[in-house]
Amino acid sequence: MSNDPAHGQGQPAAAPLVSATPGLGPEAHVMVGSADLFVNWARKSSLWYLLFATACCGIELMQAGASRYDLDRFGAVFRATPRQADLMLVAGTITHKMAERVKRLYDQMPEPKYVIAMGSCANTGGPFYKDSYCVVKGVDLIIPVDVYIPGCPPRPEALIDGIMRLQKIIMTKKNYGARA
Amino acid sequence: MTGMTARGEALRTQEMTINMGPQHPSTHGVLRVILTTDGEVVTRAVPDVGYLHRGLEKIGERVTYAQFMPFTDRLDYLAAMNCNCAWAWAVEKLAKIEVPERAEFLRVIVAELNRISSHLIAFGSFTADMGAFTPFLYAIRERERVNDLFEMICGNRLTYNYARIGGVSGDAPPGFLEKTKEFLDYFEPKIDEYNNLISYNKIFVHRLANVAVIPAEEAVAYGMTGPNLRGSGVPFDLRRDEPYSVYPKFDFKVCVGTGERGKLGDCFDRYMVRINEMRESVKIVRQALAQIPEGPVMAKVPRVFKPPAGETYFRSECPRGETGIYVVSDGSANPFRLKIRTGSFVTMNIFEKVTKGLMIADIVAVIGSFDIILPEIDR
Amino acid sequence: MEARAIFETLKEKFGDAVVELQGEGFTPPFVVVAPGSVRDIARFLKEDPALSFDSLMSLSGVDYKDRFAVAYHLYSMKHRHAVGMKAMLPRESPSLPSVDDVWPAANFQEREAYDLFGFVFEGSKDLRRILLPEDWEGHPLRKDYKYAEFYHGIKI
Repeated sequence: MSNDPAHGQGQPAAAPLVSATPGLGPEAHVMVGSADLFVNWARKSSLWYLLFATACCGIELMQAGASRYDLDRFGAVFRATPRQADLMLVAGTITHKMAERVKRLYDQMPEPKYVIAMGSCANTGGPFYKDSYCVVKGVDLIIPVDVYIPGCPPRPEALIDGIMRLQKIIMTKKNYGARA
Repeated sequence: MTGMTARGEALRTQEMTINMGPQHPSTHGVLRVILTTDGEVVTRAVPDVGYLHRGLEKIGERVTYAQFMPFTDRLDYLAAMNCNCAWAWAVEKLAKIEVPERAEFLRVIVAELNRISSHLIAFGSFTADMGAFTPFLYAIRERERVNDLFEMICGNRLTYNYARIGGVSGDAPPGFLEKTKEFLDYFEPKIDEYNNLISYNKIFVHRLANVAVIPAEEAVAYGMTGPNLRGSGVPFDLRRDEPYSVYPKFDFKVCVGTGERGKLGDCFDRYMVRINEMRESVKIVRQALAQIPEGPVMAKVPRVFKPPAGETYFRSECPRGETGIYVVSDGSANPFRLKIRTGSFVTMNIFEKVTKGLMIADIVAVIGSFDIILPEIDR
Repeated sequence: MEARAIFETLKEKFGDAVVELQGEGFTPPFVVVAPGSVRDIARFLKEDPALSFDSLMSLSGVDYKDRFAVAYHLYSMKHRHAVGMKAMLPRESPSLPSVDDVWPAANFQEREAYDLFGFVFEGSKDLRRILLPEDWEGHPLRKDYKYAEFYHGIKI
């Protein structure tokens, strides 16, 4: 309710706030630690990933996020837009036609940002390494990668392991880990 | 669109070009569509494909016949078993290899199980695209069980590499056939659950009925195949009409669209065909489990396999339509030319035509109802 | 109808434009036709009531090293018969009429053949690269294609 007379009858002025300020009681929780620890803990616990499924690994990524494996437990939920994502999970083959878009999507993500290369194709080009004329031989030729998960495709357990490893990496960041 | 301004002049709205994809949650991969819109109405939607083109056909020329088998997994990763078998059948037709009957039965069992799990993804992601996320979780719950079965028989969850030229890589392990039957008993009532959950939901039906109606002649002329063709009411199924493997031994119905909630050949019909096909696949697997003979699972195929020179076109019914494999052999150990015709690729042909005049939100419905998958389009 | 009978029918109608029948070792058999008359023959195959090939299953390019070919696989939903049609093209200037007004299904597949082989389909509704980027050099499915070193600064 406002005190504006235009809103009808003026309300009596509220009691001054000063008297309501409580002292630090027994419920107050105090945590002592470095700010880095706190910031890193917050970051690792809500790794929102960009749903960037290009090929087979995307299906395992979907299944890891769904009923049985439930990636949400790790605070990792998918986002459809890079603007809201902390983590880019490159799940699948990257072709030369796609390469430019990968870079653009990466650039659109806010800092700090992390990249997991999921599966052989994103790591090295996978089965297409030798004979294909248009597959990028590893997504690290385009963007920096933090964690590589081998497998063609990796099982959801391997993906979860990869995310936990990334969480460990995040915990080692210093000075608020301003840059990934 | 024209209206009137306050001064009585014709109001002109400007057309706008919107890019959709290649990174978009409801394009089923890396499809890109360039939309020209007039307000909410799409005046033109041009698909731009190729973001996953890995050159499988060129790879096929550089590896041997047997070495190409793992690549067929990646041709359509939602239905890898079907593609495995399609490649094996094509090469066997070219080289005239007799396959032991038990192997054929195992192939049919895994192919139909894979059809179920592929249609589950089609169902789950389609409903998720339409704004209902819960059915997706239901679908994955069942799909995990199929994955468990495949893991049992070949050790992998997604890319199986199970079929071999002349048979399959290994016999079913003890307990596999019983577990499969258990799964079918578990799964069959779930189809009714899906129908109760979402299929006849009023909002869902409204999103799909009478959207992107494709008449039968048009569907044939544009080369649509599989569930998309049957959704337009054409009762054509390669398993019945151009029988291969042991399919003639089984009794099953060819599901077609009936126009039950709108015009024949709309998005709802294509959706319903897939739901009904899961039932038929269950039926086929049940019969296969009952009839499967004992015996070897691999024919005698020389280690250095060289089929005679010749050209063969073999097509089989995959979950996304006809997968046709055209192999040109010059008598050497590698295919001379290998062309893979896939259902999704040819289906995308009609996309621009049927999306004209739809609302932007309907584009997602059309993509979902076609059940396209990008590796099949781009290869 | 059998492939031999289809070949005879076409030979009677089109004379020298129908070159030969590739039967032995080919499933389905191919009727080899002159590239210039592909569209006329295609229209006849589709519209003749005894043939009525209403469905184009597949359209593929082939590089036979000494020459190119375009292979059409046709099927009739009405009569449930299949046949192949093939047009041999010279290596220097591979071009032939488009059939996308006969079978609309041809359009994407013709674009694919244009993209990966460099065949020109005259009179096509829309002939652009489809799978590879617009500025890609060369046609990868040709037998003499050399893999490029770099594309846009990324090693291939």
